[in-house]
Amino acid sequence: MSIHREKLKIVVVGHVDHGKSTVIGRLLYDTKSVAEGKIERVKKVCKEKGKPFEYAYLLDAFEEEQKQGITIDTTQLQFFTKKRDYVIIDAPGHKEFLKNMISGAANAEAALLIIDAKEGVQEQSKRHGYILSLLGIQKIYVIVNKMDLIDYSEERFTTIKQEMNEFLNSLHVYPLKYIPISAFYGENLTSKSDYMPWYKEEPILEAIDLIEKDKGLEDKPLRFPIQDVYKFDHRRIIAGRIESGTIHVGDEILISPSNKKTKVKSIEYYQEKDKTDFAVAGKSVGITVEDEFFNKRGAFISHCENRPIVDHVFRANLFWMGKNVLVKDKKYKLKISTQEVECEILVINKVIDATNLIISEDASEVRTNDVADVTIKTKEDISFDEFKHNQNTGRFVLVEGYDVCGGGIISKLEKGIEAVSKFVGEEVDFKVQAFDEYYFVLDENTVKRSVRYKEVFSLGDAVPTVGESYEYPPSIDFIDLEQSRVAEIRKSILNKVIRLKDYIFEAQQIFDSNGFYVNVTTKDDYINWQKDYERVINGDLLEVDYANKWLDFEKYRKISYRSTLNKTLDYMI
Amino acid sequence: MDHLDQLEAQSIYILREAYKKFGKLGMLWSIGKDSTVLLWLAKKAFFGHSPFPFIHVDTTHKIPEMIEYRDKIAKEFDLDLIVHINEEALKAGMGPHEGRLNCCKALKTDGLQQVVTKYEFEGLILGIRRDEEGSRSKERVFSERNKDSEWDYTNQPPELWDQFKTDFPKGNHIRVHPILHWNEIDIWAYIERENIPLVDLYFARDGKRYRSLGCAPCTGKIDSNAITIAEIIEELKHTTQSERAGRAQDQEDAYAMQKLRKDGYM
Repeated sequence: MSIHREKLKIVVVGHVDHGKSTVIGRLLYDTKSVAEGKIERVKKVCKEKGKPFEYAYLLDAFEEEQKQGITIDTTQLQFFTKKRDYVIIDAPGHKEFLKNMISGAANAEAALLIIDAKEGVQEQSKRHGYILSLLGIQKIYVIVNKMDLIDYSEERFTTIKQEMNEFLNSLHVYPLKYIPISAFYGENLTSKSDYMPWYKEEPILEAIDLIEKDKGLEDKPLRFPIQDVYKFDHRRIIAGRIESGTIHVGDEILISPSNKKTKVKSIEYYQEKDKTDFAVAGKSVGITVEDEFFNKRGAFISHCENRPIVDHVFRANLFWMGKNVLVKDKKYKLKISTQEVECEILVINKVIDATNLIISEDASEVRTNDVADVTIKTKEDISFDEFKHNQNTGRFVLVEGYDVCGGGIISKLEKGIEAVSKFVGEEVDFKVQAFDEYYFVLDENTVKRSVRYKEVFSLGDAVPTVGESYEYPPSIDFIDLEQSRVAEIRKSILNKVIRLKDYIFEAQQIFDSNGFYVNVTTKDDYINWQKDYERVINGDLLEVDYANKWLDFEKYRKISYRSTLNKTLDYMI
Repeated sequence: MDHLDQLEAQSIYILREAYKKFGKLGMLWSIGKDSTVLLWLAKKAFFGHSPFPFIHVDTTHKIPEMIEYRDKIAKEFDLDLIVHINEEALKAGMGPHEGRLNCCKALKTDGLQQVVTKYEFEGLILGIRRDEEGSRSKERVFSERNKDSEWDYTNQPPELWDQFKTDFPKGNHIRVHPILHWNEIDIWAYIERENIPLVDLYFARDGKRYRSLGCAPCTGKIDSNAITIAEIIEELKHTTQSERAGRAQDQEDAYAMQKLRKDGYM
């Protein structure tokens, strides 16, 4: 039943044992969406175990699931009503299998949140509600199941409704309906229940037909992340999926982050019948362009007037599913659309206990199954959108080792803070951290480095050569061998920012981008310093030996005392 | 985009991810309708090229028409086809008389494992679908197997937003399932729309047809008069039988497929 019909994906979530699999099993059974063979098999299994027919076994196919009576992994099954087709996704309710719940829910467009009428709102009811809000799923029905156990009481139903509504509303989630049911006895599933005449609205099956599908991805700005570039024959084809918007042959397009512009020459096809001069969101296409410069996976194609954000620091809400805790100062792999980049957590702004919304502001780690608000810095610039503007290009996963361990949505570009200030010259930029402060924090008995808020210095700007814990001479050269950049400071004014190859050493005092004095006084020193740096890069010299030989922390810097840290600032150890 | 366009686009995206991520990639082609749709999707994804080999694990018990059709299509599509037979097991006398599950394990699972080892595949593309059977409904799109092809189905990794599992220890491989989200009717509607060549066995002759193809001794026909795709689709809309009801090995045990698949079966 699926030709030219609408299809909606619904996930069923909720606390363990509140009856998710039973609701789905029953819906499948009552709409005759399961083959007799499958029903026969479940009957056989139940009979062998001496149990009544278990609707949940229609989904919980694993032997372990049936034996333990819990859902371990998510299942996707299809069923249909007169109106349209459904993919119904069963998600485990047990805390231990939260990652499987998220895998299931991440694919859904709408959700049924099941609550046991007798047990009421429980830990996973709330956590799942929170995760739905994080995943951007707004179309939610709350299903109050097992009404038979509370004698179909309207009062109890109203209490649960109020409690859950209060919680969800505080997350800006507004359920469309609350439906009282008994899945086991089939009350309010496919037809209205005689036991609950006080409930005037539709039973589940009719209610889900009322959920409207999100529309309009094709009307959003064009986002076409490059997936691959093929050169199988004379054509150089840029392949990928259009995540939003529409692309036409002849369109002028911009490629981010390289900022190159070109025009769409053709949309390629396998068979003549698929020939077209435009393609819309969701389509996997291949295009050729007029100027054949080097394009690679991860770059974004957009129209020139409405480009993605290109930056490397952003704020995100994430859920963590890893076995290890998520910490700062550790490298993770971030995957967003077709981009992969190394990243680190710059700031853990808040960790939220998803079950009671209690916020810890000064957390140093994010534990398994926690939700957090973090600031992430990627090693290179990436292209993205804020999630509220574009779901597909505003969400990412984090990989630790071999596994996806976290998922998140980008809440905003972080303009306020950045670990790195910048010198901006006529042609080139220079990232610099020389104006950070170092403190011995008495309360914590540790040395901490305070990151200066992002500042941009242009030519002619005054530079803070004197800080609380450092005092540089007014005329110095900052040189960073990794970036191959030099910044000349004269009388505390930024005079020049140039490439290293254009620099002529004139015995000016040299500092690196961290503000460490470099022990270079002669031309020979200058050459040997660069040679040693090359040796570090090639693995012929330890970085620590290099640093001890060439860098001098104390010459123009000291460590000041501080009693405590002001929490509005961001600190890195 | 209509429903079939959406299914196709998603499958092509998955195929291209697999091609990008795995140096050594192959596609299993069982000659049935699903893996033939997959073959067609690959042609579309790569604009008429097929940049990886196709593998047929031949049990030597296949229905003869299947083999004829295989060789014809391989020639027509100019496929780089690897046909592998577990000769050792056959020499040792393996066959359905040794028990259907034992036979499947030896001639298909072990046969496949031999191919993976021999060609050092990092990625294997398979045409399984969620709606076929319980353990397949729990699958991931990119599903890891260890060096012995075993599936740790109780501890599957998260898979969200089309960010698939592409990091894994050397020696393991990834089963890639590009049509996991299709159902049986989708397959037929797509075959009709794209005019994909198919083996005749699926169409009724003398009131019977095959709904699912496998080895001759373990695959039964269903009663049917459907001789066109439209008739097959109409028949499927009203059937209450499951697709693999004619596959005898599935019926051997309540958890037969889970057990076979844990060891590396397709």
